[in-house]
Amino acid sequence: MLQRILQRRLQAGKRRVSRDRYARPQPVIISMIVSLMLAIAPMPGWAEAFRPDWVTLTLIYWAMNLPRTYSIGWAWMIGLVLDVAQGTLLGQYALALSLVIYVTVTFHLQMRQFPTLQLSVTVFGLLALYQFILFWINGVAGVNTPAVSYWGPVLTGSLIWPLMTMLYSGVRDRARN
Amino acid sequence: MAPAQAESRHRSPNSPALGLRFLLLAGLSILFLVIDHRNNHLDAARKAIGATVYPLRVVVDAPVSLWRWVVDTTASRNELRLENSRLNVERLLTRARLQRYAALEAENTRLRTMLEATARVRDRVRIAEIMSVSSNPFRHVLVVDKGTRDGVFDGQALIDAHGVVGQIIEAGVLSSQGILISDPDHALPVEVNRNGLRTIAVGTGEFDRLVLPFLPNNADIREGDLLVTSGLGGAFPAGYPVAIVNSVIRIPQEPFAAVSAQPSAALNQVREIMLIWSAIDEPPDEGAAADTPAAVASGKTTGE
Repeated sequence: MLQRILQRRLQAGKRRVSRDRYARPQPVIISMIVSLMLAIAPMPGWAEAFRPDWVTLTLIYWAMNLPRTYSIGWAWMIGLVLDVAQGTLLGQYALALSLVIYVTVTFHLQMRQFPTLQLSVTVFGLLALYQFILFWINGVAGVNTPAVSYWGPVLTGSLIWPLMTMLYSGVRDRARN
Repeated sequence: MAPAQAESRHRSPNSPALGLRFLLLAGLSILFLVIDHRNNHLDAARKAIGATVYPLRVVVDAPVSLWRWVVDTTASRNELRLENSRLNVERLLTRARLQRYAALEAENTRLRTMLEATARVRDRVRIAEIMSVSSNPFRHVLVVDKGTRDGVFDGQALIDAHGVVGQIIEAGVLSSQGILISDPDHALPVEVNRNGLRTIAVGTGEFDRLVLPFLPNNADIREGDLLVTSGLGGAFPAGYPVAIVNSVIRIPQEPFAAVSAQPSAALNQVREIMLIWSAIDEPPDEGAAADTPAAVASGKTTGE
């Protein structure tokens, strides 16, 4: 009985690994930790408004390419960590990130077919959605909501996206073998 | 959305209830948001997650610390000698000033005992290092490397060598978050050092500007006036310099004058700040001032 359960569990584990093409978790986890560090690293004042949303970009990338492993649950947990790190209301980043990742996972097959430019535009849309959710929650909660420069990260994020995919595809190749 | 979802269900068999999971987590987030906005029941969770973020902050801070260490250790002998002599002069001057201060303090205590008012006891300070500043330009929040383990508490005042920097909004175990006086959501009760005029200084989101929105056109205030904490909000101890008035514009048809001030503390340059423990939790200054508008505004943040 116990043996059968164990065996089944082992098989399930194997199946899960094989579905995501033998993905090793280390590169993904390291990239997420690095992106979190980039998100909290101090920057000079003028550059703050243009800091790309590293965490969002990273999560979108992995959700697009390994959607079965890195899906909404991950986005939500990382969102909570981001909430605490940024000192915002608990749940704000978690909600925005899980919505963005939900959309990404839903359309991940289409997005994989997109050429670079079209994908950048899609990422622009996703980032805009993300910022809009944050903006909205701030508005509802009565936190002082800033002006246009709130949207700087959307622009820089979608511009930096092609570079990031190049970097990550190298990481992903390693993650797969 | 429905057909797309069905499609994804068909294609990715491992996430059959993606939409359901999303709804669940979104609901949970909204629940968290509401609870966190209303009161502080989630502080424990926040502290737990904050403890996991702490190592990240340390790593992020490492290059800066390393750079400072390298600069310190490689500073030439000549520079060190120059700095040493400069510090010596500064120390002499400060001591001279302190002598006078000691005499004044003694006199003040004597006068206060004569008036039977509460004796002002010296505040205790402790130096803390800033680990990071908020990445949101419209939320001036910083993280310091002292937490409840070191006796930090919510609402504690932060100062630097020149004046008030802000206050702690969230004391964690190992590190704490503080809000700067320049945050748009922050207001603190101040008084003009020259004549004791009480008002409120509100942050603007710019590091070098505070505004005093509640001063009537005929208020006795001019450029160069020093604003100090009045201690009326209860959060800040009284008498610390906050800002220097740098522009007063009186518009006849408006009810209030447009007054702005430059913070005395170098808000975006500080690296070390001081945490203040008032020796006794003294009640707000004199009871007579309790019904003024300045007393109504607490030193706490308004948007929290």
